[in-house]
Amino acid sequence: MKLLTGNDLKTGFVTWWTGADWSLHIEDAADVGEHGEAVLAVEEAARRVNAPYIIAGEATADGPRPAHIKDRIRALGPTVRPDLTLKPADPAAGDWVI
Amino acid sequence: MYKYDEYDHAMVAARVAEFSDQVKRRLAGEITEDQFKPLRLMNGLYLQLHAYMLRVAVPYGTLDSRQMRMLAHIARKYDRDYGHFTTRQNIQYNWIKLEDAPAILEDLASVEMHAIQTSGNCIRNISSDQWAGAAADEITDPRPWAELLRQWSSFHPEFSYLPRKFKIAVIAADEDRAAMRLHDIGIQIVEKDGQHGAAFYVGGGMGRTPMIAPLIKDFVPLDDMLSYAEACLRVYNRYGRRDNIYKARIKILIHELGADEYRRQVEEEFVHVKSLGIDPPKAEFDRIAAQFAPPPLDASAPDEIDRSDPDFAVWVDQNVAAHKLPGHAIVNISLKPVGGIPGDASSAQIDLMADLAEKYGHDELRVTHAQNIVLPHVRKADLYAIWQALDAAGLATPNLDLISDIIACPGLDYCSLANARSIPVAQKIATRFSDLGRQKELGELKLKISGCINACGHHHAGHIGILGVDRKGTENYQLLLGGSGAEDVSLGTITGPGFDEDGVVDAIERVTDKYLAERAEGERFVDTYRRIGMAPFKEAIYG
Repeated sequence: MKLLTGNDLKTGFVTWWTGADWSLHIEDAADVGEHGEAVLAVEEAARRVNAPYIIAGEATADGPRPAHIKDRIRALGPTVRPDLTLKPADPAAGDWVI
Repeated sequence: MYKYDEYDHAMVAARVAEFSDQVKRRLAGEITEDQFKPLRLMNGLYLQLHAYMLRVAVPYGTLDSRQMRMLAHIARKYDRDYGHFTTRQNIQYNWIKLEDAPAILEDLASVEMHAIQTSGNCIRNISSDQWAGAAADEITDPRPWAELLRQWSSFHPEFSYLPRKFKIAVIAADEDRAAMRLHDIGIQIVEKDGQHGAAFYVGGGMGRTPMIAPLIKDFVPLDDMLSYAEACLRVYNRYGRRDNIYKARIKILIHELGADEYRRQVEEEFVHVKSLGIDPPKAEFDRIAAQFAPPPLDASAPDEIDRSDPDFAVWVDQNVAAHKLPGHAIVNISLKPVGGIPGDASSAQIDLMADLAEKYGHDELRVTHAQNIVLPHVRKADLYAIWQALDAAGLATPNLDLISDIIACPGLDYCSLANARSIPVAQKIATRFSDLGRQKELGELKLKISGCINACGHHHAGHIGILGVDRKGTENYQLLLGGSGAEDVSLGTITGPGFDEDGVVDAIERVTDKYLAERAEGERFVDTYRRIGMAPFKEAIYG
């Protein structure tokens, strides 16, 4: 699967294209399939998200996951500060990242 | 320390106003990211993995307590309650919102700080010896010269768009605590025939092509220092490569021209530059230098230290250095607790260090390139009170220059350029060697980790260096031995095939075991390596 990601203009936070809008949560990400470049062009023009780009992803039982380690770390947060990740209360939240 | 004059205030205020307007236009969608990116980078605002990152300049690593408290305030109000002290003697915040950036720059300007020239192809923050003004071995305080270079390089119209970034360090002692020869220009203030002058080492650097700067001029009269620096930059600006980012640093130019030919061109240019009269009149330098006058230290302060508390005594032995004046000491505050993140400090810790500087340290702090903090001027009689306060705040780890005093870049946990994580490796090594007796048995051992070839973690200059790389989508770590950023400068050599995260920790243990087995009396790790070479270590690592 293909995922579209970038960083939110105002906050810089990592964000994922859901098919209709942007979400901070990788679980909301949609497979952009063949339409990635078209969505990318529209969203770049909208200037809500910085430097959006398409990445390879994998569908899992827990939702979509980026294929590359860099984007997996982007999806959750720094592995060395679980308290700063999107799921600070879940000790297993980062199990799939590394 | 240096206080802004009306021109400094006006320049910084104008930049804050300009950038505030640029941010407003960006948020309104009036300019694109491609248009905005160079503007934000000129103000130290990067976009990293998780958010915007702001890099704040700390000129030659010197701060007062008011500025330090402002750094804590920014961490608390705009970030996530911590800051990261860097190998450029700066501080970075990892979770900045674009809409907050103008307010942060205003807050910084209120305490005479900014983020200008902490990015981009310009002359970056001037770095220096963190013990400047206090070190027993310096011939003069290098900071007035560093400040002069700061003023000369700030908004320098000719050097705002160099082929590549440019880093300058200034020291004034034979012991190099600033990795001077691994800078684009390293200036050592030296003495000859009773006069002080500047030795210019040009063309050093780390990154993907590490080089040790050759000596280009052994003695430049200090009255000519700016003109000589200008000549060095002009030759680079004229001939440095702009067609290939990987060959754009001055080290490549000097390597390709040869040091002799580069020197010839600089000398020729210097004759012309000298005629322009850019070196300041003596009165202006004296005005700057007066602001670095030594604090009012008490020469009769008692020289004895009560070492009856054994934990305190251990800390004194490891983290306290000799001051030039009896009865005083230099306190090195380690930001490397076992299992912690090298260089990180919470806002409460930053505030505490500011309080200690104000109460005991003549209001001065320094940031070191090894990502620690220094109180340069404290009375020995106050050391115990300082240690107690640091200990209560988790800042009294007695590991300066030991294997757990690790330099580590942010790595793949934060940095968009990184290929591998640095911090978890540092944490695992520090934990593996957490026994202080074992660390002290190993002695001085500088371990440095970078998460990519750009070498922000100075891996080339580590007695033991680690370079994280991406190997088919997984993290892999190359091991280097024999580097040094000090006066015995050298570049590390890769041992062989890399390791995974746990494997590199095991490999380091085999290396240190080999060192203990082979070392001669009084040898540090790097001395033994230089004497016996790579082969015995390679055998120990790979079998």
